[in-house]
Amino acid sequence: MNRAAEGTLLQVEHLSMRFGGLLAVDDVSFEARTGEITGVIGPNGAGKTTVFNCLTGFYKPTHGRLSLHRDGEVYLLEQMEGHKIAQDARVARTFQNIRLFPRMSVLENLMVAQHNRLMVASGYTFLGLFGAPSYLRAEREALDLCRYWLDRIGLTEFADDQAGSLPYGGQRRLEIARAMCTQPVLLCLDEPAAGLNPRESGELSELLVAIRDGAGSDGQKIGVLLIEHDMSVVMRISDHVVVLDYGRKISDGSAEEVRGDPNVIRAYLGEEEDEELPPEVVADLTQHGGETRP
Amino acid sequence: MAATTLPGAREDSPLVALLKDAGIAAAIAFLLALPLMGFQTLDSGTTVDLQYRFHWVAIATVGVFFGRIVFTLLYRRAGAARSKAPGIVGQGMARVGEGLGRFLVPAFILFALILPFLPFADRREIDLATYVLIYVMLGWGLNIVVGLAGLLDLGYVAFYAIGAYSYALLAKTFGFSFWLCLPLAGILAAFLGILLGFPVLRLRGDYLAIVTLGFGEIIRVILVNWQPVTGGPNGISGVPRPTFFGLPFTNDPAEGETAFHEFFNLDFASLHRFVFLYYVILALVLVTNAVTLRLRKMPIGRAWEALREDEIACRSLGINPTNTKLTAFAIGAMFGGFAGSFFATRQGFISPESFTFIESAVILAIVVLGGMGSQAGVVVATLFLVLLPELAREFAQFRMLIFGAAMVLIMVWRPQGLLAHRAPTVSLGPGSGGSR
Amino acid sequence: MEYFTQQLINGLTLGSIYGLIAIGYTMVYGIVGMINFAHGEIYMIGAFIGIITFSLLGAVGITWVPLAILLVLIVSMFFTAVHGWAVERIAYRPLRGSFRLAPLISAIGMSIALQNYVQIIQGAKIKPMQPVVRGNIPLMEANGFQVNISYLQIIIIVLTIALMAIFSLIIARTALGRSQRACEQDRTMASLLGVNVDRTISLTFVMGAALAAVAGVMVTMYYGVIDFFIGFLAGLKAFTAAVLGGIGSLPGAMLGGMLIGLIEAFWSAYFSIEYKDVAVFGILVVVLIFLPTGLLGKPEVEKV
Repeated sequence: MNRAAEGTLLQVEHLSMRFGGLLAVDDVSFEARTGEITGVIGPNGAGKTTVFNCLTGFYKPTHGRLSLHRDGEVYLLEQMEGHKIAQDARVARTFQNIRLFPRMSVLENLMVAQHNRLMVASGYTFLGLFGAPSYLRAEREALDLCRYWLDRIGLTEFADDQAGSLPYGGQRRLEIARAMCTQPVLLCLDEPAAGLNPRESGELSELLVAIRDGAGSDGQKIGVLLIEHDMSVVMRISDHVVVLDYGRKISDGSAEEVRGDPNVIRAYLGEEEDEELPPEVVADLTQHGGETRP
Repeated sequence: MAATTLPGAREDSPLVALLKDAGIAAAIAFLLALPLMGFQTLDSGTTVDLQYRFHWVAIATVGVFFGRIVFTLLYRRAGAARSKAPGIVGQGMARVGEGLGRFLVPAFILFALILPFLPFADRREIDLATYVLIYVMLGWGLNIVVGLAGLLDLGYVAFYAIGAYSYALLAKTFGFSFWLCLPLAGILAAFLGILLGFPVLRLRGDYLAIVTLGFGEIIRVILVNWQPVTGGPNGISGVPRPTFFGLPFTNDPAEGETAFHEFFNLDFASLHRFVFLYYVILALVLVTNAVTLRLRKMPIGRAWEALREDEIACRSLGINPTNTKLTAFAIGAMFGGFAGSFFATRQGFISPESFTFIESAVILAIVVLGGMGSQAGVVVATLFLVLLPELAREFAQFRMLIFGAAMVLIMVWRPQGLLAHRAPTVSLGPGSGGSR
Repeated sequence: MEYFTQQLINGLTLGSIYGLIAIGYTMVYGIVGMINFAHGEIYMIGAFIGIITFSLLGAVGITWVPLAILLVLIVSMFFTAVHGWAVERIAYRPLRGSFRLAPLISAIGMSIALQNYVQIIQGAKIKPMQPVVRGNIPLMEANGFQVNISYLQIIIIVLTIALMAIFSLIIARTALGRSQRACEQDRTMASLLGVNVDRTISLTFVMGAALAAVAGVMVTMYYGVIDFFIGFLAGLKAFTAAVLGGIGSLPGAMLGGMLIGLIEAFWSAYFSIEYKDVAVFGILVVVLIFLPTGLLGKPEVEKV
């Protein structure tokens, strides 16, 4: 398990997270690869968001190793500070409850995401204060990237509006675009389709596939890690699905494999359902994101 | 108070409800007024005697009764008007502010530039204007910390004090000139800001507020008690006055020196020094504003504002919260230090008296009243909070009472401040379809 | 050793007073999550009402000391509580749900206003009071140094412990205490379940103010002088005590108060009296940095 296979971007090994007496994540291992969308699903309280918070430095894992492979370097995420993970390992994320800068404009939100690059270009503010040409050029390039993403998510005409005044779907898209403006190699999305209508979640699926294939990162493919409840989205676009239940990994494979896995069906439908359900029923249930639990 | 009926009130006819509500308010006012207004403690040696002032209680009670009725009626009418035209008033105000700003700001700067030559401007007026500008400078310095970066600093006066004392000590001990001491004082204050900020900036907002308040008090206590250096409660007197590039503003310059009026072949007038001081602070203020406006449009400035909005999101975007906060703290402290050394040279005398918590509170109130993050707001608020009380000296006794009450009322009525409009720091520019 | 014991007794007395004020900070912080900056002023008002009532009782002719103290305590607690209630109603309630720092700024304004209000209506001079309780019990004597505990110190410490016990019982056993604990955990949910949140918060302020009034009366009797400015420093120190003990925790406030009192007494005795305030603030800073949840506080998990 130690040597990463070709194309492996993120390697999660024996990750455990304990809060007091609660073992929220229990010995979970999986991989995410460049150019793939990895879906992480599971019933409420399965530990999905906790995994994300460990990955992005908001929690220090009790146990385990999180290694990110980028340009031949290995970054051990569990040892890095939160902002370093975004800055050096280039892991970006969105949040379950949208976290924009609500009173700043849409454009400013995207500019803030390019902070580190612009800070260097502005000579840590000293050169920029006097309008150094290198800074002005960097600022133009940053604006170009913003322009690209605004166009991509259809918010160009709202560029100067307060981010907090956007409709819900717009805010979701803006948060993804903002994460992409950090030019990540791994994008972690925490329930991006929550609260979207079917048309919007269809558009979201297309956007995520395009991001995976290198939209906005000069054609360079990146990895996407996706927590989602909307099964129609997960099953349609995930190249690879990891299923968590009670903090443990219970299944791992392609969407079809996972869908047929008796462990998964039991997790979603309850322990007493010993009989395997007919495939049509399973498909129907998962299609509707049925999150039932006895 | 909002026009909600108090808990426990049953559904009554409007008039009865109104009277009942006012009655309750009056009853509470009576209870509040009775012990403290009704009896005044008089000094008589080792114990206190009481003087009875029940008419005050009566006045307060009746006043609140009718005040409450009037307030409720007005509030209802305002509420009805607002529900008819939601948002329009605020938006309109913001737009008017924006339009006026384009015209008012240059006019204001022009006025400030020619002020000493205006017919009504005499020594007192120019000195007062200088005094106001010191607070504008302090307000802008703190605005970076509180308004932009969202760090509630209740000990800002510490940096003001550091600036003042470093100027006084450097100039008196080493004979450094004002223009050499000014940057040194600023650097010292910024350094202290980093030193103090580093351990505490990771604290949550309200904890940070209390810790900075504690720091402000620690600095003051040290100033009072470190007799050999700071002169203790007596302070430092004879702080060197500024010179015009080496030309002193005195009638009888020392041997081998040329005084300002001699050099320019003028008659000696003490006014010269006041005008000069005025222009020094005006220049400092304008530089402060220019730098701040520039910083706001730079990555660091946007990061400050982003940090104020959501620190967790900032971390997820790779922004180092501690460093970003430290820069805001240090730059704010530096401006405080500049203002402090100017204060010292203007007064010629400094003591810990000038650097109490109340100063911090006044500066904070300027920032908050103006609208956090608004540069123009600071100017307007300074005129309200510093100039008005100076002009209305007869009410000096009530100054701080009104001041405190105003802080509460502004928070309740308009928590976002007087000029809350915030223009984006960047836009896509013409031709891209970004600006509507 | 004798000197040490004497300082211990003095420190515990002072600590009781800080502890009583600190409870007000800790309860309010626990339930609304704000620092009631004006609480020090409430304590100062309690002291003023206390001294006025003492004078009034003297004028009326009630001179039996236990009865006088009891009446003064009741009157001061009642009227100070009204002030506490009014402060919450005017300055904080309209700001519930506003941005984070708004109530704190409003509280600072309230504090300045109250301080100057009292200065204007009662005068800026120091108010002296004749000692009400005299006499003390010698505990030990050696090398010509006598260790005393005064009756007043006994009253202060015993009263503090008694009040502490009563309030702990209120919070642990009564419906009001249950509502308070519910609001502390989740205000929205509590209101959905029929807890009158406004009333509960108001009563929290009332309780805090009543305890601060007791502290104010005790301080008046202990030092024999008060002025309109005593609330600022005492408030700051009591807040430090609340943080040291773990904000939100009632026993923590008491413990923190005692520790601050002891530190202040010993620092003044063995190091320098001028820098005792620096010592207290230094401790505040150190505690907040290294032990932000205090001695008895619960750790806070960051929600992302």
